[in-house]
Amino acid sequence: MFSYCADPDTLSGLTWLSCYLTTGKHMAFYISFGVVLLLLAITAPTALAFGFGGAAAARSRLLPLRLFGKGYIAIVRGVPDIAFFLFFVIALDQGFEWLRHQVLCPDWDQPIRQGNDFVVCQAAKLPLGNAPQWVHEIYGFLLAVLTFAIVFGAFAANVLFGAMRAVPHAQLETAEAYGMTRRQTFWRILVPQMWVYALPGLSNLWMVLIKATPLLFLLGVEDIVYWARELGATANPRFTQYPHGDWRMWYFLALLVFYLGFTRVSEVLLERLMQKLTHGQATTGGEAQRKATA
Amino acid sequence: MKKLILSTAALAFTASFAMAQDVVRMGTEGAYPPWNFLNDNGEVDGFERDLGDELCKRAELNCEWVTNEWDSIIPNLVSGNYDVIIAGMSITDERDEVIDFTQNYTPPDPSAYVAMSADVDVETGVIAAQTGTIQAGYIADSGATLVEFASPEETLAAVRNGEADAVLADKSFLAPFVDEDPDLVFTGPDVPLGDGVGMGLRESDNELRETFDAAIQSMKDDGSLNELITKWEVSSTF
Repeated sequence: MFSYCADPDTLSGLTWLSCYLTTGKHMAFYISFGVVLLLLAITAPTALAFGFGGAAAARSRLLPLRLFGKGYIAIVRGVPDIAFFLFFVIALDQGFEWLRHQVLCPDWDQPIRQGNDFVVCQAAKLPLGNAPQWVHEIYGFLLAVLTFAIVFGAFAANVLFGAMRAVPHAQLETAEAYGMTRRQTFWRILVPQMWVYALPGLSNLWMVLIKATPLLFLLGVEDIVYWARELGATANPRFTQYPHGDWRMWYFLALLVFYLGFTRVSEVLLERLMQKLTHGQATTGGEAQRKATA
Repeated sequence: MKKLILSTAALAFTASFAMAQDVVRMGTEGAYPPWNFLNDNGEVDGFERDLGDELCKRAELNCEWVTNEWDSIIPNLVSGNYDVIIAGMSITDERDEVIDFTQNYTPPDPSAYVAMSADVDVETGVIAAQTGTIQAGYIADSGATLVEFASPEETLAAVRNGEADAVLADKSFLAPFVDEDPDLVFTGPDVPLGDGVGMGLRESDNELRETFDAAIQSMKDDGSLNELITKWEVSSTF
């Protein structure tokens, strides 16, 4: 990185540290913070969308749709996360490849399952076998987003389902009395008012999601915990220009600060959002706000 | 941003690449020096990096390196996420039932115990080993108590903080640590395990296995394999 870093053996103190902290490996560590933040930024709205869909389906008047919504909520919430992440992602990946195989290679004569092996034709590989590494990484990242969204979407669906039922029934009856259709009642009365009931549950989910990102490495995405472990491990002078002992404690301390800081910022922002959502609501919080301004 | 990533990814998946040159993806752990590790630039380095690159050159293959956690290294191979395991994996009958191996590229070498003092009883004590290794299997069958860890680094940490009496691992992996740390010593008898280290491939991938087999043979024949083994001090030579 810096010109004086050419021969680290001669350096000491802060100059050594400045070189050490700017190696390619450390850059990958810093980038992984961005990856985790990006994952959260994409996953949270996606999971919320899954949750909204799940909750709306579970309330549906159509039986198949209702069964689907309730089944999704019940099954995904019941399966341990780690089992889900190990099994489901490989299954999902193989499912995509199987579909592509059916479409792209109709005259393939060998079985797809050969003992333990899962063999599809080259053209059906996802990503293609000769695709550059970054395509594989983005594919892994998207699989991670999808899996996180499905898992956390089920929890969000349950929270939203509860929130929808918490909206005072009188509100819905009034809407009906005004001649609104079911659809209008849902979008104009129910949905705008349910968020205040959903937010405490959703903010819990957000906190859990922040801390669930180390599961990423199960999916082959190298996250901050992976790099902290890798960088903190004993570095032997034979294999590195920057030898050091077992420094994992310091790296994990940095992660601790990161996670605590991040959750604290989240708490502050969620509290502000709560204030905003409470405004004008028939809840004790809304009542308190009304009195304060009156 | 989200849209950007999705659309570039979609573009990459749908675009029909020319299939002229096949890429062979080499899966390794990246945490087992001197066999394989990540260097200061975050790239795969070590004995197996040199070996793999040379084998690919001889076999005229275009190879790409990927890292994968040891625990799931075999499941990800059989489901096709990469094509070859080259991660200091000893050839054993148990693994051979699930995947295929090339001929070995290092001879069968003893594993060794490392402890904080030389008088540890390795027959009945608490011994650390990495999960899913031949060493872990060996300890489980012996009279000693096995504690397993996900990464090689953690097995050594367990010995240092007293959680385990000793660690059993490949001697070439332990040697640099013993050289560096005056507290650690080799102890007990060396244990001969496995049939040497080979590359792991899917059982359905016979063609690729034969290609690598031939390349390894040619490196054995002209002595360049022995040179690499000596350079990285991974084992005895052929």
